[in-house]
Amino acid sequence: MNDATTLTLYLGAIGLLAIGIGGLVLARHLFRVVMALAIAEAGANLLLVLTGFRWDAVAPILTGADRAPMVDPVPQALVLTAIVIGVGVQALALALAIRLRQAYGTLDLRLIRARMAAEIDGAAGLAPAGSRDRPAGERPLPPPQPAALPGETRP
Amino acid sequence: MPTARLATLGPLLFAAGFAFLLAVLVAGLPFGAPPMTVGQAIQGDAAGTVGAANFVTAVVLAYRGIDTLGELSILFAAAMAAGLVLGRPGERRAGAAPAGFILRAGADLLFPLLLVVGLYIILHGHLTPGGGFQGGVILAAAFVVPVLADPGRPPEHRRLAWVEGLAGAAFIATGLAALAWDHEFLAPLLGRGTLGSLVSAGTLPLLYLAVGLKVGAELTGLLVRMTEADGEAPR
Amino acid sequence: MFWIVLLMVVVMLASAVAALLLPNFLGAVAAVSVVSLGVAGLFVLLRAPDVAMTEAAVGAGLGSLLLALALRRLGLWRLEVQEETDHADR
Repeated sequence: MNDATTLTLYLGAIGLLAIGIGGLVLARHLFRVVMALAIAEAGANLLLVLTGFRWDAVAPILTGADRAPMVDPVPQALVLTAIVIGVGVQALALALAIRLRQAYGTLDLRLIRARMAAEIDGAAGLAPAGSRDRPAGERPLPPPQPAALPGETRP
Repeated sequence: MPTARLATLGPLLFAAGFAFLLAVLVAGLPFGAPPMTVGQAIQGDAAGTVGAANFVTAVVLAYRGIDTLGELSILFAAAMAAGLVLGRPGERRAGAAPAGFILRAGADLLFPLLLVVGLYIILHGHLTPGGGFQGGVILAAAFVVPVLADPGRPPEHRRLAWVEGLAGAAFIATGLAALAWDHEFLAPLLGRGTLGSLVSAGTLPLLYLAVGLKVGAELTGLLVRMTEADGEAPR
Repeated sequence: MFWIVLLMVVVMLASAVAALLLPNFLGAVAAVSVVSLGVAGLFVLLRAPDVAMTEAAVGAGLGSLLLALALRRLGLWRLEVQEETDHADR
């Protein structure tokens, strides 16, 4: 039974991490990215606490006079701070998502990328990119201007 | 489309490879019988040196106090950055109706209960499971539920900012006082007291009180900022 | 203990997959909250009550509240909304 429990616990923690990271990379909607981040953080914290577990031990709190073996308190202290930091990072990610939606009107990552590229190209004065084979800028390319040395005016 | 399938296959392979790497690393660890070199020393030492019955509190505040200070800074930076990114709060829609009867009555009932439970958990952090972070989150919930019930009356941001700033300064001042007393920064002071009573473990309850108030005020401000109107329309 | 652990791990993993695949965002936020609650329950079984309390309060409580409030501000707070993929004219 001990081996099966060990396997199940590790499978759960590593599975959560893999699902979270896979979702982070694969998601097309920004909100799913934030949710995948939350899931990955839960998995990582579980993995950390698993390293401190001890069979037939009690929680690391002194209750009575008996000194039963206790689980390791150090990973638990680290995970305590990690959980609170995780929620802070999620709050910042959601604030950024709200601003992105206000700026671009959508949360689809491909559309945001396209609109952001169009906006940057428009601000630089270039014609917007048509496709991958026709990047931004005018064709044929203008001849390069020689750079002006300091103290000289441009010709 | 072959390119689209490749685009999803790549990340899936990456996630699977990452999981495999973790499995290989974890298989080498002794599960259920960790070496616990630092943990054993702390368990033998904490009751005598620090005087806290909760060893996790002893590690968080006494043995690794500077990690807690770092965590407070990260939380402060994240909350401040989120507030900056969200910008000026939009005008509160005057017609925002207060929530239904159940939420309003429940909020009136829950607020004192959550306040008491939160303060209890903060103050007993060195005796029972709990402490500043858990109690601070419960305090934040206590102050946010009335805002959900009646969006027209939020807590003042200035008051929350004062509480948060004073609590953070109190934490650092307690640490500096330990430095002035010829110990290290954030070493516990004020004597150990009797193990298991409320007034024990020196400055640990005071430190956790500062942490709890700071976390509570910060999270309340963050959540209230998120509830403010101006949601649907893109610019 | 094995059967309890197995049940909780299965529920957790199923909710994690559901959170990423459900088209309705309200259900997805509920699934993330179930994952947090499952992890908190596992922390209790692993003799870590401090961490379990923190994960339950922060993950299942405040984190899910944060996600739900953000849903409202992002305009996704509808019971029948579908994931917007190709609306090029928003």
